Amino acid sequence: MPQDVVADLVVAARDGDREAFDELVRVTYADSYTLALRLTGNEEDARDVVQDAYLRAFRGLKRFRGDAQFSTWMYRITANCANTHLGKRNKHRHEELSESDPVADERPSSDPELQADASALRDRLEIALEALPPKLRQVVVLRDIYDLPHEAIADELGISETAAKVRLHRARKKLREDLFPRRLEEAADAV
Amino acid sequence: MRCEDLADDLAAAADGSVLLGRQERRHVEQCLRCQAELVQYRRVLRTMRSMRTEVLEPAPGLLADVLANLEEAGERRAVRSMIQGRKAAYLGGLAAATAAGAAGAIVFASRARRLRDAS
Repeated sequence: MPQDVVADLVVAARDGDREAFDELVRVTYADSYTLALRLTGNEEDARDVVQDAYLRAFRGLKRFRGDAQFSTWMYRITANCANTHLGKRNKHRHEELSESDPVADERPSSDPELQADASALRDRLEIALEALPPKLRQVVVLRDIYDLPHEAIADELGISETAAKVRLHRARKKLREDLFPRRLEEAADAV
Repeated sequence: MRCEDLADDLAAAADGSVLLGRQERRHVEQCLRCQAELVQYRRVLRTMRSMRTEVLEPAPGLLADVLANLEEAGERRAVRSMIQGRKAAYLGGLAAATAAGAAGAIVFASRARRLRDAS
């Protein structure tokens, strides 16, 4: 849907037009769900996050100044809801991976030279993202896929900008190592 | 300079957020391992950016659930504002009655004083 149509819907919704807000949900919910799924790595959690995100958007629409796109505003709300959701979930889970733990790779090893194909790389990247600890995954998804600035990411996740940058660096390193594992002889050469 | 000294900067250099210094650039130009890492980071970043336009289809029913939740929240809000409106009207009425009572008392007291002064 063209941006100016979305902008008109936002104005109408802010003036109390419920139909306009429903239309905004219709045109953006699949996008929000995609982000929620990438952040949580779980369909059920993603559905809860999307529900929560639109409720918050509905209640806070008057505060949306319109200086960013509505989709970007929704990404930020979705990221915040996903963070809250993951935080609650992890309170009840004791086996959470710490950021420094190695990520277990249970996939069959494959020759990096066979991974040249971009779509194959993309498929492997989806799996590698899912295998990342949630704290690292959130930052790398928001920065490298959705292009949110460090400041916005730090705000929505309740961390400092420095922490966001450190997590981003760790996440990128893990992804690269996962997608391009060094061969044994190369590793031996490096020692 | 060793590859390990540079490892931290390569990930940031791949997206241009960090510029490598002259010494670091010279090392990368001569080091196949660092060049390979840089290329790998760039491929990872390029692939992630290509995922930006991808939409993962939600299971059916999500849209209906979201809209139903919003409907419920909207109704709750309407009921709340109605109650608040009634509360405001009640308090306003109470304040008006109190003010009228006070004004009446003042008028009555001043009239009584005037009668007393006249007699």
